[in-house]
Amino acid sequence: MDLIALANCLVSPSCLVTQTTSGLIIGLLLFLVAAGLTLIFGVLNVVNFAHGSFYMMGAYFAYTVYVFTGSYALAIVGAALGVAVFSIVFERFFMSRVYGGNVLMQLLVCYAFILILDDVVKIVWGPEFKSMGMPDYFRRPPVFIAGGVIPVFYLFLMGMTALIGAGLWLIIGYTRFGKVVRAAAVNPQMVSALGINTGLVFASVFALGGLLAGLAGALAVPVRSLVSGMGFSILIESFIVTVIGGMGSIVGAFVGAILVGMVRSYGSIGFPLFVEGLMFLLMAIILVIKPSGLFGKEA
Amino acid sequence: MSKPTAHTNRAADTPSRPPIGRASLQRDIIIAGVAVAALILLRVIWPSPAITDFTIRVAAYAIFATSLNLLVGYAGMVSFGHGMFFGFGAYCFGLVMQRLALPIPIAILITITATAALALVVGAICIRLKDIYFSFITLAFQMLIYSLIVAWVPLTGGDQGLQGGIPRPSFLGINLATPLHLYIFAIVMLALSLLVMRHIAESSFGYTLRMIRDNMERASFLGINVYLVRLIAFMVAGVFASLGGVVMALFVSGAYPEFSNWTMSGEGIFMIMMGGISTFIGPTAGAIILSLLNDVVTRRTEHHGLALGIVILVFALGLKKGVTDFAADWWRASGDSKGGKQAAEARP
Repeated sequence: MDLIALANCLVSPSCLVTQTTSGLIIGLLLFLVAAGLTLIFGVLNVVNFAHGSFYMMGAYFAYTVYVFTGSYALAIVGAALGVAVFSIVFERFFMSRVYGGNVLMQLLVCYAFILILDDVVKIVWGPEFKSMGMPDYFRRPPVFIAGGVIPVFYLFLMGMTALIGAGLWLIIGYTRFGKVVRAAAVNPQMVSALGINTGLVFASVFALGGLLAGLAGALAVPVRSLVSGMGFSILIESFIVTVIGGMGSIVGAFVGAILVGMVRSYGSIGFPLFVEGLMFLLMAIILVIKPSGLFGKEA
Repeated sequence: MSKPTAHTNRAADTPSRPPIGRASLQRDIIIAGVAVAALILLRVIWPSPAITDFTIRVAAYAIFATSLNLLVGYAGMVSFGHGMFFGFGAYCFGLVMQRLALPIPIAILITITATAALALVVGAICIRLKDIYFSFITLAFQMLIYSLIVAWVPLTGGDQGLQGGIPRPSFLGINLATPLHLYIFAIVMLALSLLVMRHIAESSFGYTLRMIRDNMERASFLGINVYLVRLIAFMVAGVFASLGGVVMALFVSGAYPEFSNWTMSGEGIFMIMMGGISTFIGPTAGAIILSLLNDVVTRRTEHHGLALGIVILVFALGLKKGVTDFAADWWRASGDSKGGKQAAEARP
């Protein structure tokens, strides 16, 4: 424990700026993954334990597209679309067979996919750590705010996630698709009785979730290294985020993700060996106070 | 399929069913005794080190999987973090033996107590959640235990595992450093654990668990403290999982973080699913099948996850049931109601 370092940081503007930015980056990437997870849960009542692997695939897809084309923009689009297509296949041919009731089967199918995808990544890209490096147009001097250093890419990442978040909010809140999705979350039988193809809705929700995870993976590539199995830690963190924010709530996912990001960022100064523990502590406290999460409906 | 409701009073049993208590317990003890004797005989006739090692490993996994099935099959609590107790048991036992140099039975008692305490704390939080929420909150806690094991290097040795071997002093003339004694010890531990768990599953407590699984609201209207019953089940399952960990720690003479990694819990779920959750012996069958499968796959290919994942998909999407489930179905279809009783008790 290093409370003095933490106190020193809290009174120094430059440290505040640096830590808050890094907390935001962690939180925003986490938000993209957790939003997909919580969306799928909200509509289908299924926890996609393979969601972390979607994130991993997004990262590897982006890496590959970038290596071949040299364009980071193409890499982002490619990763998002690639993972979205994979999610549709995953939902239609595998998950849709185990809907309803038996959690055990859903767990097993996801477990199988985590194992398979981790091995496929090892076979295709090799078992060693990979790093893409920063794309050229982000190799600029960082921005200084109150003595704190903010790399240009961080600003880009924040802008992108803000755009994606706003887009998600518009789609869910104001489009016909969003209305159908919200209705299907409440009563899928009724939606189906109204002549809407619920299978299509479920597949598109998975596609949207996959798209978000793919985007998160692509946006993370310049700042994280790639390795088989990288999806699992982000899966656990996304779970913590959704539990804190409330399962099924996208606003909750956002608040939870930022909270976890800040805990990680400041926790790494105050309690370097117990950062993971801090997140669990936060989760446990919230569960004890409000078992359904901050923004969750009462279960 | 008629499901029996909870019998809080054994005397209220209908005469068509044998009473839950003594008779079936006697039968179970006889079966367990015969099985232990047969396995010891097998070792005497065929003293192959490979078989010995395999059996000890299966014993550890079978205790673990059966304890998980107490939660999944009987209580309807799908824990995806059960590996934390297996790993905790292995580390706790190993550390007590290394640091305190106590006799093995005392170290096991300490491990049981410590695991019960851990399960009490973790369970008190996890059990507030139901269904799929429960699954991943347990997974999350397991990863906390895992990261503590990896991070706390001075105590646990970090990702290298518990080094230096676990001392195995003789007690009551049993020397677990010899393969034969360890073999017998593992089998007896398995038999005893299965007997006790079987007894718990068939007790009125076990039937209360089934009722909570089938209809939690009804159970709570009947005045059952659902939270407490689920918490006790969680603790009992955790304690037995730690015993599996103890057997494993004695076998490998150490403890590794993988014991409490999520893959351990995943394998546990897979074992009970492959063996079948509707029979008591299913998880043990699953432990045997998965261990065989693991050995074959590891020998044939380096892409262990890929091969195992495909087998899991075939089971989960194709067969949808474990091997003993099929056996139980067949038994019920061909035999009289007495034979089918056991299969009807636990819902698939």
